[in-house]
Amino acid sequence: MTSFSLNGKPVTVDEDPSTPLLWIIRDSLGLTGTKFGCGMALCGACTVHLEGKAIRSCVAPLSRVEGKNVTSIEGLSPDLSHPLQRAWIEIDVPQCGYCQSGQIMSAAVLLKENPKPTDNDIDEAMGGNICRCGTYPRIRRAIHRAAEMAAEKGR
Amino acid sequence: MNNTQEKLRLDSLLQQAASEAASRFGRRTFLRTTAGATGGLCIAGFVPEFLSKSAISKPADAAPATGDVFAPNAFLRISPDETVTVISNHSEMGQGVYTSIPMVVNEELEADWSKIKVEAAPVDPAYNHTIYGVQMTGGSSSTPSEWERLRKMGAMARILLVQAAAQKWNVDPATCHVGKGVVMHAGSGQKASYGSLTAAAAQLKPPTEIPLKDPKDFKVIGTPVRRLDTASKTNGTAQFGLDVKLPSMLYAVVARPPVFGGTVKSIDSAEALKIPGVRAIEKIPSGVAVVADRFWAAKQARDKLRVSWDDGANANLSTSQMLSDFSKTSASPGTVAKKTGDPQAALSKAAKTITAEYDVPYLAHAMMEPLNCVVDLRSDSCELWTGTQFQTVDRLRAAQTAGLQPEKVKINTTLLGGGFGRRANPASDFIIEAVNVAKIAKAPVKVVWTREDDLAGGWYRPMWHDRFAAGLDAEGNPVAWTHTIVGQSIMAGTLFEAYGIKDGIDSASVEGAADILYGFPSLQVDLHSPKIGVPVQWWRSVGHSHTGFSTESFFDEMAHAGGKDPYQLRRKLLAKQPRMLALLDLVAQKGNWGKPLPAGHGRGLATHFSFDTYVAQVIEASVAKDGAVRVHRVVCAVDCGRVINPDIVRAQMEGGIIFGLTAALKTEITLENGRVQQHNFYDYPMMRIYETPEIEVHIVPSQEKPTGVGEPSVPPVAPALTNAIFAATGKRVRRLPIRTSDLVASSEVKS
Repeated sequence: MTSFSLNGKPVTVDEDPSTPLLWIIRDSLGLTGTKFGCGMALCGACTVHLEGKAIRSCVAPLSRVEGKNVTSIEGLSPDLSHPLQRAWIEIDVPQCGYCQSGQIMSAAVLLKENPKPTDNDIDEAMGGNICRCGTYPRIRRAIHRAAEMAAEKGR
Repeated sequence: MNNTQEKLRLDSLLQQAASEAASRFGRRTFLRTTAGATGGLCIAGFVPEFLSKSAISKPADAAPATGDVFAPNAFLRISPDETVTVISNHSEMGQGVYTSIPMVVNEELEADWSKIKVEAAPVDPAYNHTIYGVQMTGGSSSTPSEWERLRKMGAMARILLVQAAAQKWNVDPATCHVGKGVVMHAGSGQKASYGSLTAAAAQLKPPTEIPLKDPKDFKVIGTPVRRLDTASKTNGTAQFGLDVKLPSMLYAVVARPPVFGGTVKSIDSAEALKIPGVRAIEKIPSGVAVVADRFWAAKQARDKLRVSWDDGANANLSTSQMLSDFSKTSASPGTVAKKTGDPQAALSKAAKTITAEYDVPYLAHAMMEPLNCVVDLRSDSCELWTGTQFQTVDRLRAAQTAGLQPEKVKINTTLLGGGFGRRANPASDFIIEAVNVAKIAKAPVKVVWTREDDLAGGWYRPMWHDRFAAGLDAEGNPVAWTHTIVGQSIMAGTLFEAYGIKDGIDSASVEGAADILYGFPSLQVDLHSPKIGVPVQWWRSVGHSHTGFSTESFFDEMAHAGGKDPYQLRRKLLAKQPRMLALLDLVAQKGNWGKPLPAGHGRGLATHFSFDTYVAQVIEASVAKDGAVRVHRVVCAVDCGRVINPDIVRAQMEGGIIFGLTAALKTEITLENGRVQQHNFYDYPMMRIYETPEIEVHIVPSQEKPTGVGEPSVPPVAPALTNAIFAATGKRVRRLPIRTSDLVASSEVKS
């Protein structure tokens, strides 16, 4: 049995502790917003937060999250109110949308740690997330826009 | 059934589907009132089987229809609660059809946009593509296929709603008008919402004439309406095929042969069966299926599985060997696809001749969502959930595999996590395999491909070789252009061979070459189509993905050989192509053609016409001493006729450019000893955000009919970039992907 907190709720699963967290979240716990893209931490589609840090859940064994706090895209906001979600909608970032949960989860950690990121900061934080549709120019714009929105709200 | 019988049966079913679509389109006036399955009365006319057979299922989260639902045709349902459901017969794979199709419908319907929902169409001839005659998404053709039909669907509904209101108020329908889902009568000030009129509208006979708006009155078409699917793609609720979960569903992966066409000799599953949760390990036609309670158990079991394979006829396939074979083949002309004038005579008399050969590799589509398919196979039915671009064909194949009539097979099309052509498989490979897995799973099952499965799984963009010769007169003007193409036919051996191959020419092999826009005084394009055991398929922009690169690169070589500016020579030879000429001038101006650049930087220009759309691009790039290429800026101009949604067009141009840059700079599938040498994103790398250039898109206003936008921005990217590299370094790139080793400064090579 492994217990951890997912999006603020305690969960306990009876699965092999070496199973990657990705499959626990998707198949055992039924939250499918976190995506499978490569299984090798190469594409970022499976990005979730572990104690507030972005991790690739496809290579994180279940045992690593015992007693810890995990946030998936479903836990980012209950109502699309996170500045990144609002900016993503304003700019219509997604195309197929498959990678976007991971993109947003990576960007969320960036903005938390660096409320006013430069283009270089965005390149560094987002370089691990692949988008095959090529939404990168809009991801960049939307991160800048979300930073603005968060600053406006903060004033 | 043997292959011939199967092919005949499928051909006949496809023919039937095509003729059915055509006849339905002409039979719009034979509309009749009938009882609908959804509670209220509906009016038939493009009414699919499911409405009359109560077979419709709704997404679990859809509100149940209550009261009288107005379903005037197969593409629309209007509920008393004001919800307007647009049924999309085109799959949403990122290209924005789940927004552009409702926009087209609502231009005429004028419902409240905030009440519009989109649902994927079931498989039914009513939803066949107006051009291709089967239900499918591809060829950058969703808007060209639907833009007239779906305006009519919207208009039909509006006419009936207005008529229902006019009858209620006892006024002339002509004195009523509509807006935001409300019918209004100006004289009396009466108003009625669409939802309040559904029961009455459902009783009415559909109109025989459906006049459409004058385009000058368009309110929606041409505006940057926000996408309807964005919110669900920012909170994890968007449902892709991989997200489907059925009660007591099992998971499966398949061990496929390491060589295409290989077969199973023996299976040692002793270790694999020790993994907890494994239910079955069995041979299926495409390999060995491993079924388990969980994906992870199935994957681990497959890792432990020992399969001995008979590699078969393709065990010696080698792309490096093919590279030299293709070049040798191209030394003699192939089957002529297009000939104007006498290029051989012109070449022999030319003041100067130049030749060059170009190569592009096999490419995988590498959609972010790996292939998957959920199947619930019962004794008398089969239901699938998958992201497909090819519903009609997939249903026929699934039916044959299951041993059922096509009508017993239901396909639920989910969102597609990218398609790029892969999910319109001419052999329905991932569909057939999933049904075969379901046979041994004996329970609902989800078949999942890993990234490694995806990259090694075949169905690639073909490897191509292009050999050119050009003759120039004493002033450096071209007098002859010959182009010999070598590469596998995509259509050969598929259902579409009879439609796609004429006189030995697969049109997809020579598109963008045989129909090149330049006015050469003489031209020949010919084709060799070697048969090779690597499965090939359409890949975003199909044949244009090689002809764009090769023709526009060689055009530059020819311009330089004749001492001409590549922009000015293009202007001259596009004199009779006003739409492309306008784009060329626009990108030259916006891209600062001819203006000074920093040392090591260069600009390249390319144009390409594909899917009836004109695109021109200027790329600014630099090459470092170590050969590293940096793309700084891409200026793109597009003329795709009338624009439905300019922001979606812009997004497709941006995305296609980045897709094209990945192909130009990064990816290739190679084979040695018949084995694919790439595995995952570490050896099949994608463009990343930090490599992405500034992209500037200019959409040229047009009153012409809408044309494709999903693919046409891809073909000019590679040649614009390699032409920029030539401008920066004097080095001509003739083989993709661009290799830094080919571009290392000569001083670096010496050291």
